[in-house]
Amino acid sequence: MTDIFYTKDHEWIKVNGDEGVVGITSYASEQLGDIVFVELPEKGNSFDQGKDVAVIESVKAASEIYSPASGEIFETNSSLEEKPEIINEDPLDSGWLYKIIIKNKDELKNLMSEEEYKKLIGA
Amino acid sequence: MNKNKGLDHDEQLLFEVGDINKTGVDLDDIDNLDQMIGDSFSENEIGLAGLSEPETIRHYVRLSRKNYSIDAGLYPLGSCTMKHNPRLNEKMARLEGFSDIHPLQPISTCQGALELIDLISSWLKELTGMAAVTMTPKAGAQGELCGMMAIKQALLDRNELNRKVVLVPDSAHGTNPATAAFLGFEVKTIKSNDKGLIDFSDFKDNIDENFAGVMITNPNTCGLFETDIVKISELTHKSGGYLYCDGANFNAVVGKLKPGDLGIDAMHINLHKTFSTPHGGGGPGSGPVVFSDRLEKFCPTPLVKNIKGDFILVEDSSEKDLAKSFGRLNVFHGQMGMFVRAMSYMLSHGADGLKQVSEDAVLNANYLRASLSSHLTPAFDGFCMHEILFSDDFLKDTGVETLDFAKAMIDEGYHPMTIYFPLVIHGALLVEPTETESKQSLDHFINTLCDLVERLKKDSDSFKAAPVFTPIRRLDETQAARKPVLRWKEEPLIAV
Repeated sequence: MTDIFYTKDHEWIKVNGDEGVVGITSYASEQLGDIVFVELPEKGNSFDQGKDVAVIESVKAASEIYSPASGEIFETNSSLEEKPEIINEDPLDSGWLYKIIIKNKDELKNLMSEEEYKKLIGA
Repeated sequence: MNKNKGLDHDEQLLFEVGDINKTGVDLDDIDNLDQMIGDSFSENEIGLAGLSEPETIRHYVRLSRKNYSIDAGLYPLGSCTMKHNPRLNEKMARLEGFSDIHPLQPISTCQGALELIDLISSWLKELTGMAAVTMTPKAGAQGELCGMMAIKQALLDRNELNRKVVLVPDSAHGTNPATAAFLGFEVKTIKSNDKGLIDFSDFKDNIDENFAGVMITNPNTCGLFETDIVKISELTHKSGGYLYCDGANFNAVVGKLKPGDLGIDAMHINLHKTFSTPHGGGGPGSGPVVFSDRLEKFCPTPLVKNIKGDFILVEDSSEKDLAKSFGRLNVFHGQMGMFVRAMSYMLSHGADGLKQVSEDAVLNANYLRASLSSHLTPAFDGFCMHEILFSDDFLKDTGVETLDFAKAMIDEGYHPMTIYFPLVIHGALLVEPTETESKQSLDHFINTLCDLVERLKKDSDSFKAAPVFTPIRRLDETQAARKPVLRWKEEPLIAV
C-alpha cells in the first residue's frame, strides 16, 4: 500500500514499505513557473529530514528542496537533467525527483496528510 | 527580410555586416616582409570581416541606441540604485594625475592619487563610524567576499573554525549565501516575519556553538529598516559571532546613522549605488569594505598610510600591525577611477548634502508609496526607506501577471522595476526612484502606472501582447534558459 505525505515546503513523499519517492506538488510547480534546471543529490548520499537536498531553478527563482524524510538516496530521476519541464507537466508522477530508503518511519508523523496540505494552500 | 522599424534598425553582427573580401584599412607595403617574418609568411585568408569606418561607426551607434540608461530616463530598478552620474565626476576622473598613472610607478610620482585614496578612506570611515577600510575590492560582491574572509581569518585566529554556520535572512540578495558558501561556511536561512523584518526568535533559535556570524542587509531588500538590528548585533557578539552588513542599501541612511554604532563588524559599500559612480556596463564596480575594531587587524593589504604628509603603500604583511591580515585580495590597489568619481561626489555634496541625498531618496520612495497605494498593493504597511515593494495582489483575478505588467510598462516608455525579487513577496515589484527624480518626473511615472492599472479591467489581453514597440517583442525566456545559444554559429569565415 502506498501512502502520500506532504511538507509545508510543498514536497510530497510516497511511501511504500521502507522506500519513499519524493517530488514537489502541483501548487509548487505552478508557483515556480517554467522550470529550467534541476540539481539532484548523488546516489548513496544520506540526508536528514528537513535538510536541503536538491535545487530547482525556474525562470523566476532558484528554490531549495528539503527532504521530507531522513535516509539514503538510492535513485534519482535522470530524465530531469535533459527535460526539467517534466516537473511542470507531471509533478506528481513522472516529475519525481529521487527515491530514498527511509531511515526512521516515525518521522513521517511530522508531515501532513493530503487533507491538511490542501488546507494549507487553500485548495 | 527587412526587420527595421522606422529608423530603428535591425542590427546585424559585425561578421554579417563585413565581408572577408574587403578591407577597410590601407596599410603601406612593407619592404622585405617575407625575410622579416620567415616561415610565418602566409597568403591565406585570415577570415576576419573587412569593415569600413562608417560601417563600424554605424554598427556601434545603432547598438548604443538600443541601450537604455539613466541618461535616457527613469530607471526604477529596486535594489540596484540607478542614480544619476554627475558629469563633474567624469571631468575629475580624466585629470592626468589620476587617469595616466600606473600601479607600478614609483610612489613618489603619484602622491596625489595616494592622497585621494587616503582622503576617501577617511570619509568612508567617518560616514560609517568604523575603525578601518580597505579600498581594494573590485565590486560589491568581492567586497562581501573580502568582509567574510576577514571574519574567517578572525575565527582562525581564535582557533574556532568549528564555527561553520552563517545565518542569512530569506530576503537577502543571492550573493550573500553564495559568498558564505564559497568560503566553506554552511548557510542557514532565517525567516522574515509578516512585517518583512527578520524574525528575531527564529534568529535566536538558529544560534548554537557552530555559529560563525550573520549577514544582514539594512535597510533590507523589502525596503524596510531592520529595527531589531541592535538586539541582533548584541546577541551575535554575545554568542561569539560576527555581524556582516550588506551595504547595498547604505544610500538610504548616509548621514543619518553610522553602521559602527549598530555593532556591525564589516560592511561593503557599493560606490555606484551610494556615491554615484557609473553602474553596469559603464563601471567598473568598486566595493570598499569597512571594518570594526574587532576585525581591523585581519583586513587585507595593501593600505595607504599618511606619514606626516608623505603617502606610502603598506604592502608587506610582515609589518607589525598587518601580521594578522589575511593577505592580498587583488593584484593592485582597486579601481582608482571610481575612487576619484566617488570623492568628487562626496566633496561636491559635502556632509549636509550627502545627508540630504539619503533623505530625498527616502522621500521619493514614500511619495511613490503614498501615490500608488490606491492602485497597487504595498507589500507592507507604513513608511518605507529608499525603495517601495508591492505584491501582485492588485493583479488578482485579472489574468495578468507581474511579468506582463512589467512588459506593458515598456510600451509606455518606462523601464520596468525589479520584479520577482525579493522572493518573500508573491509576484514582487520593487521600485527605487532614487533622489535623481524630480516631483514632475515621479508624477508622470505615477500617472502612467495608475492608467495601466485602470486598463487591467478593460483590456487585459493587451498586457499579454506587450511589449509592442520594442525592437524585439516578448522573448522566450524559458527556452533561453533551457537551451541557451551561447555563441554565434554559421559557416566559419576562415577559408581553409
